Amino acid sequence: MADLRLKDIAKAYGEVEVLSNINLDIKKGELIVFVGPSGCGKSTLLRMIAGLERITGGDLHIDGMRVNDMPPAQRGIAMVFQSYALYPHMTVRENMAFALKLAGKSKQETEQAVNKAADMLQLGPYLDRLPKALSGGQRQRVAIGRSIVRDPKVYLFDEPLSNLDAALRVATRIEIAQLKESMPDSTMIYVTHDQVEAMTLASRIVVLAGGGISQVGTPLELYQKPHNEFVAQFIGSPAMNLLPGEIVETGETTLVRLSDGGQARAAIPTREADKGMQVNLGVRPEDVIVTEGDEFLYRGKVEITEALGELTVLYFEKKGEAPPFLGKLPGVHAQLRGSPVKLRAEPENLHLFHEGTSLLYR
Amino acid sequence: MSPVLQGAATILIGVFGCIGYFYASNIILDRVLFPARGPKAGRNINRANQVRPWLFLFPAIFALGLYLVYPVVGSFYRSLFDRAGDDFIGLGNYIDLINEPTFRTAVFNNFLWILVVPAGSTFFGLAAAQLTDRLRWGNIAKSLIFMPMAISFVGASLIWKFVYANNADIGLINAAREALFGAEPLDVLQIPFWNNFFLMFILIWIQTGFAMVILSAALRGIPEETIEAAIIDGANPFQVFFRIKVPQIMGTIVVVWTTITILVLKVFDIVYTMTGGNFGTQILPSYMMGYMFRDNGRATAVAFVIMVIVLPVMVWNIVQARREQR
Repeated sequence: MADLRLKDIAKAYGEVEVLSNINLDIKKGELIVFVGPSGCGKSTLLRMIAGLERITGGDLHIDGMRVNDMPPAQRGIAMVFQSYALYPHMTVRENMAFALKLAGKSKQETEQAVNKAADMLQLGPYLDRLPKALSGGQRQRVAIGRSIVRDPKVYLFDEPLSNLDAALRVATRIEIAQLKESMPDSTMIYVTHDQVEAMTLASRIVVLAGGGISQVGTPLELYQKPHNEFVAQFIGSPAMNLLPGEIVETGETTLVRLSDGGQARAAIPTREADKGMQVNLGVRPEDVIVTEGDEFLYRGKVEITEALGELTVLYFEKKGEAPPFLGKLPGVHAQLRGSPVKLRAEPENLHLFHEGTSLLYR
Repeated sequence: MSPVLQGAATILIGVFGCIGYFYASNIILDRVLFPARGPKAGRNINRANQVRPWLFLFPAIFALGLYLVYPVVGSFYRSLFDRAGDDFIGLGNYIDLINEPTFRTAVFNNFLWILVVPAGSTFFGLAAAQLTDRLRWGNIAKSLIFMPMAISFVGASLIWKFVYANNADIGLINAAREALFGAEPLDVLQIPFWNNFFLMFILIWIQTGFAMVILSAALRGIPEETIEAAIIDGANPFQVFFRIKVPQIMGTIVVVWTTITILVLKVFDIVYTMTGGNFGTQILPSYMMGYMFRDNGRATAVAFVIMVIVLPVMVWNIVQARREQR
């Protein structure tokens, strides 16, 4: 139950710098999710907090104490690994008791802590089994139980659901959410590449890209007001469409004329001087509306439709080098395949980016 | 016929004999015994497929029977006869063995070897495997430790004869004794009881490399995360090694241990060349060699005793190795 401060944290392997200038304040009781494309260093950052990787620059404070040079066991952290990392030769009970045994806790105390954690995670019937006799979800629960038993200041999760199948992943995700709710004071850091996990679990999301932090914010902040094109396209699925254009009207709202003929009014204030600025208009596939009118932001032929029942994903014909424009309409629209469609969107659902950065954050 | 031609002929006959056997036997099975036609075609195909594996297994079963099972049975039978092999004397050879002090010494020494050599080799092998794991020059160290494996037992014995030599100018041990204590040279191979350990050390020296290579591979197979989890749980390097790593490779340790145990019961060369079994260093294999060709009845009886001692170790070894594969 502690707060963390990351100040100018950096990691380099010899000459190669993988992370730099990481500044982050994590408050007690928060569940912070690190997301980012593979290779962005999110796991490395977590392992640096855990003490499994050396910090090559900056300071890491847990509860106001600098812990850069402190061994992992003394940092007051517990970690749940993607591969569970249970000790295969120990029973569930021994797995959970191992840390306390090493710490020289009394038998009674250990027993109590193990039983309490087992109750919380409904592991009671399995306490005397070996890990190999458990299913994937049960193993991950044991791994979580092992960290609860230690009563750490900070919980670290390294892609804990990635090895589970889809149904179990959802169930375990909800369990983790409930666990967090039952321990409101505990601080958790959670690494994932799955944005659904990030959106549903996080109190704040940290998007990592290119060796640094791209944006920090609540899930909806990131969705509604992405700081830059990377975050805009990374959060939300399918990714946000970006259309190049030019600002033609400024003021409370902004009118953009798009390069391939359309135009759109975005509810984003701009200054007089912005007129003529080259921008990218961002529109999420789920925000488009089919229109018959003259005002449209995109016009094209539907090449492929993916009918998912509750909604239909439209893939428009590619124009040039850019990835195809995508739309997502509620209901079934299989008949749209092959036909030309015009799309518009509500002004408040549009985003404007200049040189990669949102005009909201100038 | 020149040996080259002989060799070529043997290879040709062997290879084409095999092909011919498999081809002909399958044809006989499919065409003659269970032809896939007529009213019972379906049943015949099933039967032929049940027989087929045995066609392929037969040569191996036959060869193993001829060269392994028959000798065992034959040896046991031979051990019930006297020196010349003419008169049946029942368990006479075995009773004589039990009454002979040298045999009892050999059995006692052999149990010492079984206890010390596998333990020593496995311990040093495990230590070497763990200590060289993260070193940059670990691979060089490993090759050096592994090298004695490439030396024959007789060759190794010769090397160690120099080390143990009763002369401070040649023997390393006596040279060290003289340099440190100014002591007179002595023949370490004649020190009662302890000379056994000097001989065992040679086999440990040879087998440590084997244990190291196998255990090193096993250590690398341990999931890194379990070690990291243990570090986070607060385990120090010794606890990580003894409570996380060793238990996870226990199966491999047992296989290495039993494999070396079986080897110990076969190696006669070291004792044979170093002391000839004198000075109370006799062990069963070299004791057997002493009787071979002089009294085959007695020698086969010793061989049988060795087999009875090896058998349980062997069974355990195979069971463990199978469990490892699963």
